Amino acid sequence: MSARPVLIRGGRVVDPSQGMDAVVDVLLVDGIVARIGEGLDASAETEVFDASGLVVTPGLVDVHVHLREPGGEHKETIESGARAAVAGGFTSVVAMPNTDPPIDSPATVGYVLAAGLRAGLARVYPSGCITLGQKGEQLTEFGELAAAGAVCVTDDGRPVSSAGVMRMALEYALTFDLPVAVHCEELTLSRGGTMNEGIVATRLGLTGVPNASEDVMIARDLLLAQLTGGRLHVQHVATRGGVEMIRAAKARGVRVTAEASPHHFSLTDEAVEWYRTDAKMNPPLRSAADRDAVREGVRDGTLDVIATDHAPHHYDEKEQAFEDAPNGIVGLETSFGVAFTELVEKGVIDLATLVDRMSCTPARALGLPGGTLRAGAPADVTVIDTRAEWTVDAAKFVSLSRNTPFAGWTLHGRAVRTIVGGATAWSAEAR
Amino acid sequence: MAQAPEQTAPALGKDLLGLEELSRGQILSILDTAERFKEISVRPVKKVPALRNRTIVNAFFENSTRTRVSFEFAEKRMGADTVSISTSGSSVQKGETLVDTARNLEAMGIDMVVIRHSSSGSARFLAERIPSNVINAGDGKHEHPTQGLLDLLTIRDHRGRIEGLKVCIVGDVLHSRVARSNIHGLKRLGAQVAVCGPATLLPAAVAELGVTVFRRIEEAIEWADVLNVLRLQLERMKSGFIPSLREYNRVFGVTRARVEAGPRDLLILHPGPMNRGVEIDSDVADGPHSVILQQVTNGVAVRMAVLYLLSGGRAEQAEAVKQGGDP
Repeated sequence: MSARPVLIRGGRVVDPSQGMDAVVDVLLVDGIVARIGEGLDASAETEVFDASGLVVTPGLVDVHVHLREPGGEHKETIESGARAAVAGGFTSVVAMPNTDPPIDSPATVGYVLAAGLRAGLARVYPSGCITLGQKGEQLTEFGELAAAGAVCVTDDGRPVSSAGVMRMALEYALTFDLPVAVHCEELTLSRGGTMNEGIVATRLGLTGVPNASEDVMIARDLLLAQLTGGRLHVQHVATRGGVEMIRAAKARGVRVTAEASPHHFSLTDEAVEWYRTDAKMNPPLRSAADRDAVREGVRDGTLDVIATDHAPHHYDEKEQAFEDAPNGIVGLETSFGVAFTELVEKGVIDLATLVDRMSCTPARALGLPGGTLRAGAPADVTVIDTRAEWTVDAAKFVSLSRNTPFAGWTLHGRAVRTIVGGATAWSAEAR
Repeated sequence: MAQAPEQTAPALGKDLLGLEELSRGQILSILDTAERFKEISVRPVKKVPALRNRTIVNAFFENSTRTRVSFEFAEKRMGADTVSISTSGSSVQKGETLVDTARNLEAMGIDMVVIRHSSSGSARFLAERIPSNVINAGDGKHEHPTQGLLDLLTIRDHRGRIEGLKVCIVGDVLHSRVARSNIHGLKRLGAQVAVCGPATLLPAAVAELGVTVFRRIEEAIEWADVLNVLRLQLERMKSGFIPSLREYNRVFGVTRARVEAGPRDLLILHPGPMNRGVEIDSDVADGPHSVILQQVTNGVAVRMAVLYLLSGGRAEQAEAVKQGGDP
């Protein structure tokens, strides 16, 4: 199945992977980037897309999404999640394995892969668990999982509490050069807490999670990455201490990549006021100092990957008293808008750096194809209207879930066309 | 705008969820109304028709004897029709029960709900979803506003004022909704507030609430005019917050020796139920400084006042209501 060639004409191509920021044409043929340059000719059968005034980037990549299938199909399915991804401009996503059952065997990895291919929207890359059943005890068959298509291992949502198990995971992953992605949390410090520890939690009477809960684990895992030489990927860094330790570890050559989530660089724990369950996630929203540190981490590349931690939950599940509601928010459809509005328009980073953090580096961090528009690369392209002003209306989400703290926010920047493998998977006009 | 000749007391909103959101005027209005209503409970016929034909549901999702009974007496003495539900659901089912409870109560056409629930914010959750008045009778670790109000009334009864008093809340502030309501109410009325307890049982950033923190009970007693001694939940020992009840009493217990060594005539409150010999010794609880039973008596008056004011009653008419007039 081969789509018609597509010529994206006259757009501002921002591709940090080749240091490009220029008005050029991009020709996509047979699912790959055929040519990129000025004044490209189109054959008769070529679809010409006039991108003048628009920004053309390598397809956005989100390495941290929960698609909930199998087991949580009332929240999201692989198909609905992959559709939300392309609606948000993402051409590739990495599905977290904390499903029911967890993705800890080659068969379940294959299930996720097949369902993603069947959906035919964003590319869905499975991840596998670090330990069987995410129990933190026995390692999964990394080799088998990788052979079946897993791009990393992670027990996301849960920490690997045993330092010994974590050491062995990092060491064992070396054979397959698999990144080990970690949710850093010391559960005995979190103590069942539901929001950031601080004055807001004290006033609301909610148990707080101290920064140290996250920092202790980040410190441990950085030391273990240094010890083993393993590839560590720290998920959703939310603390100033975490950013500082990762910065220092990178400076001394530890192989570590790290994520910033849009909510952690745009919100603080004050968003929890009135017990808003749509501001409940793990790690929690933290102080303004932490938020600013996450921004600075994105700016200087300490946090080299922006990832949403897209965590859909059904309305009924969030419609509970705060402490009873589950953690997590959806993010795929607001990620670019929040990042552009909060980071680029506020002058934290420029557009090229944003594209780097949302496409090039995430692809590189997990070894995915894409993240570049070099000739020969997969024809994964996102066309963005950075002038578009829009108001977040959760009722219009393509995702099956609506749990967002950004409802009612006015954002700038939105994907108008998302092309995966040369075929248009999302088009704003077609809606 | 012309100044009204006589200042009218500020009305309450739809609900009473916490003292944090009440103004000084609103708190005083409740206390003054409660002061008038105290007399109803000492009559031979303890009943006024102020809430006649009002339907009130007491929804207690967490065990409580004192607070539930106090509300029931208050409601009955004001002439309301009341129903009490006591359910302690499993922690997972709690929230769902709450949504369904809200919808079901709404469908039955009620006027007020008094809710006690183990989740912080649950009273607000309910209040935002039903048109009836909601009274928070304790939500998790958040607030217990009627307890805070009855503590204020009791202190005012004995000291004639709140403003300028030094009040120290002693013990497990971390898990205490009583502490939070006390801090907000006392500060709103101009008291100086302190907390005292082991750091494991004090909330993070508690000083940002504008309170002084004492690490030692002796220092607290040296400073305070009033001690409000919190109940120490016995399970705190098992969860490791304190090593033993014995040591807690040794280090933080409000003992007769400590009270007598203090420089002032202390007033001692306790929201109950007490663990005698743990946070407070019997000879203090039963001694001359203790006003613990008056707190209980005042609880009924405060709850009558809250019910009356939330149902649209005016503080200025409380005296007439007492005589059997319509509100």
